[in-house]
Amino acid sequence: MSVDTDTVHRVAHLSRIALKEGEAERMTSELNAILGFVEQLSEVDVEGVEPMTSVRPMAMRLRDDEVTDGGKADDIVKNAPATEDHFFLVPKVVE
Amino acid sequence: MAIVDSRTPDPKRFLSGATGDWEIVVGMEVHAQVTSESKLFSGASTSFGSAPNDNVSLVDAAMPGMLPVINQQCVRQAVRTGLGLKAQINKRSVFDRKNYFYPDLPQGYQISQFAHPIVGEGVVMVSVGPDRQGNFEEVEIGIERLHLEQDAGKSMHDQHPTMSYVDLNRSGVGLMEIVSKPDLRSADEAKAYLTKLRTILRYLGTCDGNMDEGSMRADVNVSVRKPGGDFGTRCEIKNVNSIRFVGQAIESEARRQIAILEDGGQIDQETRLFDPAKGETRSMRSKEEAHDYRYFPDPDLLPLEFDDAFVEELATALPELPDDKKARLMSEAGLSAYDASILVSEKAIADYYEALAKGRDGKQAANWVINDLLGALNKAGQSIEETPVSPDQLGQVINLIKEGTISGKIAKELFEIVFAEGGEPRAIVEERGMKQVTDTGAIEAEVDKVIAANPDKVEQAREKPSLAGWFVGQVMKATGGKANPQAVNQLVREKLGID
Repeated sequence: MSVDTDTVHRVAHLSRIALKEGEAERMTSELNAILGFVEQLSEVDVEGVEPMTSVRPMAMRLRDDEVTDGGKADDIVKNAPATEDHFFLVPKVVE
Repeated sequence: MAIVDSRTPDPKRFLSGATGDWEIVVGMEVHAQVTSESKLFSGASTSFGSAPNDNVSLVDAAMPGMLPVINQQCVRQAVRTGLGLKAQINKRSVFDRKNYFYPDLPQGYQISQFAHPIVGEGVVMVSVGPDRQGNFEEVEIGIERLHLEQDAGKSMHDQHPTMSYVDLNRSGVGLMEIVSKPDLRSADEAKAYLTKLRTILRYLGTCDGNMDEGSMRADVNVSVRKPGGDFGTRCEIKNVNSIRFVGQAIESEARRQIAILEDGGQIDQETRLFDPAKGETRSMRSKEEAHDYRYFPDPDLLPLEFDDAFVEELATALPELPDDKKARLMSEAGLSAYDASILVSEKAIADYYEALAKGRDGKQAANWVINDLLGALNKAGQSIEETPVSPDQLGQVINLIKEGTISGKIAKELFEIVFAEGGEPRAIVEERGMKQVTDTGAIEAEVDKVIAANPDKVEQAREKPSLAGWFVGQVMKATGGKANPQAVNQLVREKLGID
């Protein structure tokens, strides 16, 4: 499997990563090197092997339905560049 | 997913265009907020209307290093809903990340379920109608799947000229996305489906179904085709927030598509928005922004697994659902399908009816609820939850009729008084002298008076016994409706010499 420059541009856009002039070409060869490396895994026969979801076989923990958090709007918006009345303010987005 | 057409084209649902008939095909994705105290993956509250960002934990704000831990109540509610939809329950399901960027989605992805949802295929029976003859048609609508996912935050765009306001209180609240098969064939069916789904959720108590608070929203997929032909290209109308708007959105979208196709054009698959003010849909996203969510299993969460005993326990504790309740009311109380449908249409109405009917005649109770109570509520613009007459008060009115203390006609007046002013029906009857006169002497005197005053009518009545009714009416009028109608009838007939 390999990617071309168009795919790199598209993936970058979907991830909201800005690529400068010439970077797409460099990223394309880097990504292809990574994909080639990962491709070696397909040489291993995994017929009948369950995909591993955790290192130790364990079931997912579930929590009780209790309100244990919240009431910290000051903290939540503390790092935001712009706020008002505990709202985050972001450049206008309307669809 | 392979789309299977489960329906036979039915001309009465067709829309006519310039080139002949068209058939609407609709499938719906309903987002129903899970009824729970805390969020799907955090301990923050789900309550509606709190101060901005007050119900937000560091997990919901996607602060670095935070990890999601699933709320077992949300899992239970999803399984219970699956059981209510007679659906396949998947004892192993997987959470995935659905990646996209929007300011009200701080994680940059929504935790959802993609390839392995918690609930698989099910069915909902929908009553469409009534038609002009008052008949309902039962239609079976397939459920494709139900999965658990996080809600996003809320953006407000009208507070500032250049900025949008973001509140994350809803961020991370548990949602059930319930996906129907493309089995719906008209706006009316879609409305009936959504109504029925909401009723089921409310009976189960798994979602409050309040569309104006956003706890239930629908994405509606609409396409048109020549009857029985191949499925057309669909457009998705996002976030429609009332049942009425769902109907309007489908009608206008179908008309738009038919107009394009009949002009020789083709439909672009796209996401659209319904504008209630204009009553039409408009394009929402340009095509180059076409979504590629790059789903992958969320490495923060293990697969969700439970056993048969867990499902069995929830199944045993499930409340009676509307279809079962309807069947029971028809067989136990002898109600008509129409009456039973109305009574089970909302859980609150069914609860009211069952409280009222306990120890009383079921049919009589049904008549009072449907004709009098619901009629009066409708006129007053009130919902059943706001009823000023409790089942106990209405029960007293019915008891007073049964005891012979008041006549049926007086009972209607009494009901209106209780509805408007409140109070104990029995006390009101005493205070306002509404008791039925059962004293034969008093009634006899009135009958004699009416007979003495109308010798000509007496002559006629001997010829034509049905005129006795006129005398009964006169006596009832003279006694202010308080005479026992049976007693009056009997006396009139005796005195006139007709049997």
